[in-house]
Amino acid sequence: MIKNINKKGINMDKINKFIEKAGWPRIIIGIFLLILFACAPLVKLSLARSISDTLIRVGMNAVMVLALVPMVQSGCGLNFGLPLGYLAGILGALISIELNLKGLFGLLIAMGISIPFAIIFGIAYGALLNKVKGDEMMIATYVGFSSVSFFCILWLLLPFKSPVMVWGYAGRGLRTTISVQNFWQSALSDILSFKIGENFYFPTGMFLFFGLMCILIWAFFHTKIGTAMTAVGSNPDYARASGINIDKIRMLSVVMSTVLGALGIIIYEQSYGFIQIYNGPFYLGFPAVAAILLGGASVHKATIANVVIGAFLFQGILTMAPSVINSALKTDMSEIFRIIISMGMILYALTRKTKLRA
Amino acid sequence: MKEKFENNEDLNKLNFTKIINFIINFIKKVFVKYPVPVMFIIFLIVTIPASGFSWKYLINELFNRLARNSFLVLSLLLPIMAGMGINFAMVLGAMAGQISLILITDWSIVGLPGFFLAILLAIPISILLGILCGYILNRSKGREMVTSMILGFFMNGFYQFIVLYLMGPVIPIRNKLILLSRGFGIRNAVNLQGIRQCIDDLIPLTILKTDYDPGIKIQVATFFVIFLFCLFIVWFTKTKLGQDMRAVGEDRLIAESAGINADQTRLIAIVISTILASIGQIIFLQNIGTLSTYNSHDQTGQFAAASLLVGGATVSTATIGNVFLGVILFHLMFIVSPMAGKNLIGNAQVGEYFRVFVSYGIIAIALVLYAWKRFKEKQKEREATRFRELNKSK
Repeated sequence: MIKNINKKGINMDKINKFIEKAGWPRIIIGIFLLILFACAPLVKLSLARSISDTLIRVGMNAVMVLALVPMVQSGCGLNFGLPLGYLAGILGALISIELNLKGLFGLLIAMGISIPFAIIFGIAYGALLNKVKGDEMMIATYVGFSSVSFFCILWLLLPFKSPVMVWGYAGRGLRTTISVQNFWQSALSDILSFKIGENFYFPTGMFLFFGLMCILIWAFFHTKIGTAMTAVGSNPDYARASGINIDKIRMLSVVMSTVLGALGIIIYEQSYGFIQIYNGPFYLGFPAVAAILLGGASVHKATIANVVIGAFLFQGILTMAPSVINSALKTDMSEIFRIIISMGMILYALTRKTKLRA
Repeated sequence: MKEKFENNEDLNKLNFTKIINFIINFIKKVFVKYPVPVMFIIFLIVTIPASGFSWKYLINELFNRLARNSFLVLSLLLPIMAGMGINFAMVLGAMAGQISLILITDWSIVGLPGFFLAILLAIPISILLGILCGYILNRSKGREMVTSMILGFFMNGFYQFIVLYLMGPVIPIRNKLILLSRGFGIRNAVNLQGIRQCIDDLIPLTILKTDYDPGIKIQVATFFVIFLFCLFIVWFTKTKLGQDMRAVGEDRLIAESAGINADQTRLIAIVISTILASIGQIIFLQNIGTLSTYNSHDQTGQFAAASLLVGGATVSTATIGNVFLGVILFHLMFIVSPMAGKNLIGNAQVGEYFRVFVSYGIIAIALVLYAWKRFKEKQKEREATRFRELNKSK
């Protein structure tokens, strides 16, 4: 009897440690996700298909989630202004289509064109954020909103000519959604991709690219500048005392985040098959933020492990929950579900008591 | 004689340059103090003539929009006073107002009784939502604004769940006209025929009416309600609670050490703001006459915040004057942009996107200017302490 209790006690200790390490939200969502996968066959969903869908969506969104890491690490908080980076990516993608470039080459050119735009936007955005230390998150949100609505005007006025993109009857102004099907749809996903059976498709290319980006970011944070970035975020006074130019480092983190956002949206588009402009990118920053928070990041600290775990859990839930619920109840609740999960996660992170920093 | 004349000219010159300098200084001062309204007025000077609207039309529209929006903007004042910034979570109040409007439409209670019943129903819902919101904002001190915005988005999910799934099976709705054809959930648009403009038209008054011209309609009763509410705010700031609120807004820690329960004061500010927002939304919708079930509340917080900031308010100070100046300037821009865009650029859609851009951009600019100022003050303070310490060590 006593032995049993002891044994249980030891187990409880281990469990408690694990819970502490993983955090309640991840455990609850993780268990929920497992239940959903287990339920999938019961409501006549193919398990292979479900897993494949989840993986595709993880691949689509992972780079956008990764884009948040530099700014969190440098103390700029959650980058709600991520849509600014998306706009740079969309510009690159549209120019690539305008030039009628196809296949992987077209995709790479789109990325190549978007990077200088992203750097310019990032520098302006970073300069702004350096002027408003302490209020970054709110201002970032509104930088995102106002730049998206400003680009709405540009989409009407920019001199794009390609008939694929321009409204047919007016001859000017871009369409609200532009198909990339004839250009570079799945150009990246299909690299080394494979199918198992009828329903399982693995987009190897996207994961290779994501892996490459992760390694680059990981390597960056082990260089001198990368360490300086972490120092600026975790202890600005100490960083200043050791002669780090805080403003420059913060600016660099913002530029990195914006560039990754631009690349991220292009990857998203090549898998999704459409470029959404006008109000499309408006709320697209929030799911990325919710994902990294679900992965265990806080407003002050984020790692690549947070990105991977968060992207998988968040996209897993978003793919599985609606399809299981839809099949079970025969109604479409995906939109509501997405809002509640993503905003709830952000709300949780914002209200978590954090240690006050000097 | 000649000498005298020259002297005189000199004097004249001096006066002239003095006057010019004075004017330049004055403009500079106004611009530094009220950068956002000044930018807006310059913009309007260009676009109002370009839109080609008659002044009568503009004034008529303006009265309509003042009646429609002022109350919503006024509901933002108390949280600003309590130092919590702009309460973007006033959307919660708007949702409460909409739920009660759906209910009274279902019960087909029309006219003033319907209007007041809607307010009575909305108040308890918004008290509950306000307590929730206040509790959450007390847990996120220092970033209330971003939290309140996210809370608004979050509750929007719940609102949709209630209206789309619970209305019908859980909350009984008998009126088939407002239900979706599948038997539960509310339609995209609910016609508020029963209470349409019931307050606006209570005391009808139209001036300058001619045979060709509809004239200028003034919503006397609505403005009376708004006026009463302004009196309430003025009175409230003079009560003990109002003074506490201001003290908490100035410096929370000092207020706490003076024995004020800061958390509770902040909570009350948010609850009152939420209640007022729900009433504001009911006034707003009775003016419009149709409830767009899933979109009406979306932009409420956004436009109210933009109006207030356009009127020269900041995140920490806002007055009743800011509210009215802001509503006038912001909505003038709203009325004229599509036509001005059409006449200036040849595309009305540009004007429409432009006004959305301005409503977001103006908040961004106002937030940046405020944060920048505060940042600079902090820096100055830090330098001052450093200087003091340096002197001490010497």
